Amino acid sequence: MKKVSQIQTLIIDGKEVGGKSDESILQVAKENDIFIPTLCYLEGLSDYGGCRMCIVEVKGMPRLVPACTTLIREGMEVTTNSEKIHNYRLSILALLFTERNHICSACVSNGHCELQTLALKLGLTHVEFPYIFPKMPVDATHDRFIADHNRCVLCGRCVRACHEVEGAHTKDIMGRGITSRVITDLKESWGSSKTCTSCGKCVHVCPTGALTEKGKSVAEMEKRRQFLPYLKLMRERR
Amino acid sequence: MSKEIKQTSLKEDRRLRMVDRTMRIYGNEPHALIETLHAVQESYGFIDTDLMQYVAEKLGVPLSKVYGVATFYHFFTLKPQGEHTCVVCTGTACYISGAKAIMDDFAKKYDLLPGETTKDNKLSLLTARCLGACGLAPAIVFDGVVAGKQTPETVSNTIERWFKNEL
Ligand code: SF4
Ligand code: SF4
Ligand code: FES
Repeated sequence: MKKVSQIQTLIIDGKEVGGKSDESILQVAKENDIFIPTLCYLEGLSDYGGCRMCIVEVKGMPRLVPACTTLIREGMEVTTNSEKIHNYRLSILALLFTERNHICSACVSNGHCELQTLALKLGLTHVEFPYIFPKMPVDATHDRFIADHNRCVLCGRCVRACHEVEGAHTKDIMGRGITSRVITDLKESWGSSKTCTSCGKCVHVCPTGALTEKGKSVAEMEKRRQFLPYLKLMRERR
Repeated sequence: MSKEIKQTSLKEDRRLRMVDRTMRIYGNEPHALIETLHAVQESYGFIDTDLMQYVAEKLGVPLSKVYGVATFYHFFTLKPQGEHTCVVCTGTACYISGAKAIMDDFAKKYDLLPGETTKDNKLSLLTARCLGACGLAPAIVFDGVVAGKQTPETVSNTIERWFKNEL
């Protein structure tokens, strides 16, 4: 039985808009050309709510909520940008930069990186927290791909793409908090993985230079993810 | 000592049987993962990659997911990094027949508390809830081999022989 979704009306940034009851604030905002910054969200993958880049204010709610995992409600009043929201987003972004090593000038994804683009767009000019600069390993054991954990923001897109779209579930995230890390199988080298199909989906959904194709030099790695909404649609129709 | 090892290595199966039983209770379904890891932790004192692989295959759970869950919860201990490991059984039978004295001795002689590894990475100490070898109480697993009827003296003998590379 197909779930019937009702049409609801709400206000986003003073504009009256409508959407279906099973849609998130982010989806409805997108349909109405209202920009909300995102990082872990990717059309075609399940909603994760991990990065908190998309936080918005909802009138009557004491705390900011992530737009990507909050469903719309009739009469909701949403503010997608304010000084408070902006400052929170800047802090979140700054913390992401301090956690690993993001030296853009030496990165194959320079110029095509979503983290970098967000920083430019939100005007992150300086980082007031100390950098951790951990020494993270680089896994270059796969024939075609490289995993550089120094550039990973733990958005979980690769994990979801590998599990939800490819169906291999080669990747997952281990640990918790600051010790979290993307792993291949039992934290093994990617090249010897028996579950990986080498499809490259994880590489192309990765927002940063953490997962890339081999043989690219600085700024050469462009991701292609046009396949995602298409695959999702084809799978739903099966 | 060697006779003891031969006799008691059979008890390893008993530990695995505890794990198997847990999985069976839940119909070997993926949702049994956390319970099963609890069973591994309790009967082995830690979770190593061989056991993770075993559980993953039996329950049909992806390897990376098993690893993720095993490292997410503080309750679980991965195989410690010490060159040698001692798992002291702290089940009721072992506890009342002297496991406590053995643990105290570890603290005194090697400055080791359960879950710790010596600074030189030579020795790790762990505890298990019950090895299922109550007849051998107090039982200790030395590098994967169960030894029964242990005392602080027999334990230090084994450890000293490790340190002298005699075992
Ligand atoms: S290449 Fe495909 S199968 Fe391999 S880890 Fe990436 S998404 Fe999974
Ligand atoms: S490797 Fe890329 S896609 Fe995966 S969690 Fe890290 S940043 Fe996200
Ligand atoms: S995009 Fe909403 S939490 Fe990451």
